Amino acid sequence: MTLVVLDLKIANVGSVVNMVRRIGAEVTASADPHVVGQATKIIFPGVGSYDHGVQELHSSGLFEALSRRVLVDKVPILGICLGMQLFTRRSEEGQLDGLGWVDADVRRFKPQNSTIKVPHMGWDYVALGKSSPLFYDMSDDARFYFVHSYYVTCADESDVIARTHYDIDFVSAFQKDNICGVQFHPEKSHRYGKQILQNFIERVA
Amino acid sequence: MRARVIPTLLLQGKRLIKTRKFAAPVYIGDPINAVKLYNDKEVDELVFFDVEKSVKREEPDYAFIEQLCSEAFMPICYGGGVKTVAQMRRLFNLGVEKVSLSSALFENPELVREASDTFGAQSVVTTIHTKTGFFKKNSIYNVARRQSVPGNVIDFIKTAERLGAGEIILYSVDRDGEMMGYDLDTIRTVAPQLNIPLIGCGGAGEWGDLKSVIDAGAAAAAAGSLFVFKGPLRGILINFPTQNELRVILQ
Repeated sequence: MTLVVLDLKIANVGSVVNMVRRIGAEVTASADPHVVGQATKIIFPGVGSYDHGVQELHSSGLFEALSRRVLVDKVPILGICLGMQLFTRRSEEGQLDGLGWVDADVRRFKPQNSTIKVPHMGWDYVALGKSSPLFYDMSDDARFYFVHSYYVTCADESDVIARTHYDIDFVSAFQKDNICGVQFHPEKSHRYGKQILQNFIERVA
Repeated sequence: MRARVIPTLLLQGKRLIKTRKFAAPVYIGDPINAVKLYNDKEVDELVFFDVEKSVKREEPDYAFIEQLCSEAFMPICYGGGVKTVAQMRRLFNLGVEKVSLSSALFENPELVREASDTFGAQSVVTTIHTKTGFFKKNSIYNVARRQSVPGNVIDFIKTAERLGAGEIILYSVDRDGEMMGYDLDTIRTVAPQLNIPLIGCGGAGEWGDLKSVIDAGAAAAAAGSLFVFKGPLRGILINFPTQNELRVILQ
């Protein structure tokens, strides 16, 4: 396995790399389309604004290279936070088209109730739907760290593997074949997050 | 969602210290070691403030912060000496989850807006210090300059929100290290007027205080002394309630 963590300079890649190393896997952080072209497993962490993420994908030459690797070569990929959101068609946060691999859109939290604050920030739980190797052997009390003002909504319910309730029920994890995404930050979620990364590395094909 | 409980750790260079009323620093130990201990305790997140950087007008110690983040399997917020978006980008790339801006609110408030536009509000924390002055009047305090700032406390905090802060740490200078309880009156007044999370900081002396500040309206409770000292003699001991204990405490 050649595991690559995409480093588009839009995220805290260091903690992902370190948690993967704690698991015992070898990993390279890179934004080089050639390196990505050799990857057999990819983790795509992201924070920040949608359009900025899309622009970085284009300027690094990864928009096409990554799509080919994921859609044609079927290499498993795990998007984290903005990474997950970039796999969708578009976001209310920006004007630019996303990668569009998953029939999903990104919307902004618009709570009517002022006690519900945006961003959704903190530790929260997930309600599992469709079974996925990503949540293999996950304990019932698993909690994950979320920081986001926008959330994913899937057009195809069969892509949803976990939901979290915050104002509304949003998609906290999806999987469409080799394409996985989690809204939370596994690299900042102690042993529960480590389990997600380990499951992705060992069980998602 | 359970309210967050956050150890607030003070850095003086590569040393972990704890102050009282922002003075009289006591050496606590090695910050890297502290991160490892808090990992084991599965703390919600950690906040690091370097207390000297803005005073001395120095840059953040990037290499050291990177080391801290690589040990941390929880979100890290860093504050101290951050003046530009470029510095913030560098910190996020090192593994910092959130950056706290404080002096910038006095020197260059537009930085908050610029940072919020660039990185998203959720990555931008503003830490606002308050201090009681004449006639017990609470005022905003500029810690880098060690001076109170004229103007209305609530207006100042709301300005930080308007500029795009994702959350606000409200830090009582008078209560820092005193372990006498949070400034609940101010929290009660401010929290309902904000649409972003407010984090109470300064004064926690026992676990019950954590619940008090949440009940007063804070979205999260931050504490320093409570999680680095044990007992009336302030013996140094990195500690944190277990997840079960937290559930009971905050119930």
